[in-house]
Amino acid sequence: MLTLWFLALLGLLAGILLGLNSPLVIPAIYSKYMSVAILAALDSVFGGLRSSMEDTFDNLVFITGFFSNALLAALLAYIGDHLGVELYMAAIVAFGVRIFQNLAIIRRHFLKK
Amino acid sequence: MKSRSGYLTIALVSLVLGLMLAVQFKVTQGSPADFGTRRTQDVVSELKQVTEERDNLKIELEELRISLNKAIAGQQEGYEALVEELNKARQSAGLLEMKGPGIILTLNDSNKVLQPGEDPNLYLIHDEDLLMVVNELKAAGAEAISVNGQRVLATTEIRCAGPIIQVNGNRIAPPFVVTAIGDPNSLESSLNLKGGVLESLQFWGIQTSIEKPKEVIVPGYSGTIKFKYASPVKEG
Repeated sequence: MLTLWFLALLGLLAGILLGLNSPLVIPAIYSKYMSVAILAALDSVFGGLRSSMEDTFDNLVFITGFFSNALLAALLAYIGDHLGVELYMAAIVAFGVRIFQNLAIIRRHFLKK
Repeated sequence: MKSRSGYLTIALVSLVLGLMLAVQFKVTQGSPADFGTRRTQDVVSELKQVTEERDNLKIELEELRISLNKAIAGQQEGYEALVEELNKARQSAGLLEMKGPGIILTLNDSNKVLQPGEDPNLYLIHDEDLLMVVNELKAAGAEAISVNGQRVLATTEIRCAGPIIQVNGNRIAPPFVVTAIGDPNSLESSLNLKGGVLESLQFWGIQTSIEKPKEVIVPGYSGTIKFKYASPVKEG
């Protein structure tokens, strides 16, 4: 189980290093969509970690969830911007609640051991 | 864990997440969140710079005027009549500093304590009030008037500009000091008429005081007078 956490952290660090050192930059206008997408991705990762602790981890569900959540959240924010409704708020609230729920469940799993 | 590939997937997804985080971090670094305050500071410093520039220009204008005077004074005697004529014209245009008997009227906002629900606007001096005072003074034969050091010319505006009043394009704030040259007694009585300007102001608690020194000084107009559209019609 610890290997899993180690791998996740390693991947995260590698990604950060890669991002900081690569010339990849997105325009400032899209940073809002990016932030919503990041939130969705964060939620997916925590969800994945949780499900792996519960032994219900499914590769396909995880991968599709990660990408579809991130893309949908960004799309929702984009549409909201064009409709004049701050839809990204909805995404932030929904994913925020889910992240905390997942964290709470992960914590309980750790404490049970 | 059902399969070993789950490890790989999580690591990969974490990698993508880290990548997104880093990119986003770079973007937000580029445009700090305190954009609003920075903009304010920029504008404030710009204002300061422009104000300084204006003051410098004023000084320059003053110097040019002095040198112009010198040049005029340096002309031959044949021009003396012309100079006199010029001085007279400048006097009536309000470009010269004038002195003589007159009054100094000081107006300040009301010091009454506002009752809840009352309109504070009623207890402030407005452009109309000032305009009425100036008008009354003119009617009473004032020959030269200034408001807070701004000479009142034929083209002078007295206009509301938010919380302050604009005179000759300058912003002035209370207390307002109106200086007028003319017969002190008739000037004073014109203001103090029953039902007149000052009485209606005093009703709202606006503080007024009139001084009658032996000699008051009204400054000349310090800006430039330009005729962009108007030109004289030749006679004959």
